[in-house]
Amino acid sequence: MFKSKLIAAATIGSLLFAGQALAADKKVVAVSIPAADHGWTAGVVYHAQAAAKEINAAFPGVEVIVKTSPSATAQVSALEDLSAGRKLDALVILPYSSEELTTPVKAVKDAGTFITVVDRGLSDATIQDLYLAGDNIAVGRNTAKYMIDKLGGKGNLVVLRGIPTVIDDERIKGFNDAIQGTELKVLDIQYANWNSDEAFKLMQDYLAKYPQIDAVWANDDDMLLGVLEAVKESGRKDIKLALGGNGMKDIVKKVIDGDAMTPVETPYPPAMIKTAIYMTVANLIGQAPVRGTVKLDAPLITQANAKEYYFPDSPF
Amino acid sequence: MEDMSAVVGSTPLRQEREWNIGWADVGPFLALLALLVIGFVINPDFLSATNLGNVITRSAFIAIIAVGATFVISSGGLDLSVGSMAAFITGITIMFMNSMAPEWGLAAIPAGMVVAIVVGTACGLMNGLIVTVGKIEPFIATLGTMGIFRALITYMSDGGTIPIARSLREAYRPVYFGTIGGVSVPILISIAVAAVASFALYKMKYGRKCAAVGANEDVARYSGISIIKTRTIAYAIQGTCVAIAAICYVPRLGAATPTTGVLWELQVITAVVIGGTALRGGKGHVWGTVAGAVILELIANLMVLSDFVSEYLVAGVQGVIIIIAMLIQRFSK
Repeated sequence: MFKSKLIAAATIGSLLFAGQALAADKKVVAVSIPAADHGWTAGVVYHAQAAAKEINAAFPGVEVIVKTSPSATAQVSALEDLSAGRKLDALVILPYSSEELTTPVKAVKDAGTFITVVDRGLSDATIQDLYLAGDNIAVGRNTAKYMIDKLGGKGNLVVLRGIPTVIDDERIKGFNDAIQGTELKVLDIQYANWNSDEAFKLMQDYLAKYPQIDAVWANDDDMLLGVLEAVKESGRKDIKLALGGNGMKDIVKKVIDGDAMTPVETPYPPAMIKTAIYMTVANLIGQAPVRGTVKLDAPLITQANAKEYYFPDSPF
Repeated sequence: MEDMSAVVGSTPLRQEREWNIGWADVGPFLALLALLVIGFVINPDFLSATNLGNVITRSAFIAIIAVGATFVISSGGLDLSVGSMAAFITGITIMFMNSMAPEWGLAAIPAGMVVAIVVGTACGLMNGLIVTVGKIEPFIATLGTMGIFRALITYMSDGGTIPIARSLREAYRPVYFGTIGGVSVPILISIAVAAVASFALYKMKYGRKCAAVGANEDVARYSGISIIKTRTIAYAIQGTCVAIAAICYVPRLGAATPTTGVLWELQVITAVVIGGTALRGGKGHVWGTVAGAVILELIANLMVLSDFVSEYLVAGVQGVIIIIAMLIQRFSK
């Protein structure tokens, strides 16, 4: 495995050099994303690299360069490096944080670059030409709707939330708003930091505390893995549903296999970076108008459509 | 907690030094007892066999690693890399088992455990040599290796997960979920580790060297103790303990990820200090450390089982409880 990675690294390196030599007569699209430090960002890196490979092969006139950064500061430096030597025709960026990246992205924009912002918005929305994101409120809402439907409008729930952030708040808000007025009752809600180990412990505690739990919602699939292990170990039969969110391949596989406890999944797909890259290139090459805001919905992934969301080779 | 101050008040005539040792040995267990009582008052389910079983079982990882850390801290060192190291060893172990499973079948599991121990001890030895031979502050040296191990597990997993092969999963499960005579396997393993460690620390010459080096480096040197050797061995023991914890950890979720073991180093250090071992070195308290690890896990459990702490304040209340526990310990001396 190590060897193949070395070869891959060498190949990518040489491709970059070859690309730079030809850069003068090519349209350059830079993609700046966070480095893979957990499942979801690993998925972003995978899909960004896949898109770059496909586009570079399909359109000889375009060169897509993917650059990952382990922190907001590193991403600012990466932007400077990317735009220092050449003119960027377009920049696709998933910003680490809104505030820190706003000014640096504006500087790139001022040099005449088309700006596509993905997932996390900048503090100044006028900078972006195209904004593409998922819908975190819909992630919570659609999960809640399915639960209401499946449980006949009543039952006891426990919820595991992630890290205190806007993403987490929106998912919880979407969920809470949807169950309002039904007889679904949230017995407990606690943070488990989007971490499967912490979710495992928290679920064990929920199981010890509440004798009757009808359904569990972990607002992210990493946590759902821990929840499922705790439920399995406890041998409890009262839990009818355990749902997650994000579209991790292990969970989508469960949906494909018709799992009884996790029959559906709600996507917040890291593959949205691919949508953004393709749309940006469509504008550069095909003059397709793309300026505006695109919000990907979070339609339920069921057995019928799960294949569309299943990427067995992706790390996420 | 009031009981404890009463005990302290009633023995003013004891020699201070003697009392210090007595308190450090008994303190963590009194705190443990107090927590159990408070827990029962808050929610009677707290003392159910299942709940206590769960909590003590899952404190095993931190307890086992913290026993190793007792050696390092007692000898005057510090190891910040243990959480990342645990993730790294978990990753290596799973990859090894998976690659050997097609040929060796279930024999890949014990072979993988041996690999884990070897890799863990080697990692610990490396930390030790950087600190002792390289003469680099333990904080900085292990902060460096902490980054290295974390980067390696992220690289090995491409930022995603390294799951154990399906064919091994069921056979390996009992190492975390199994019981022997009604006691869960990780608890038995941590008791065994602590027993061996307390023998090494209290009955063997090495243990006394460890405490001597930690208490006063110069005096230890004049007494003919090799500081380099003593400290390096402590780090190697730490590595072995991390490997044992990793072996118990693998079957729990059956995967290693870049977020495995994040911040374990802080829990480990907290467990050691709650257990009565001073962060500046000196005498180590192995059983106190184990009690410290259980206390940390019980506090977290109590937060969930009680209803009066807002989800937003849980971490804060945990911090307050830990500080109060340490203050009581400090002022009762």
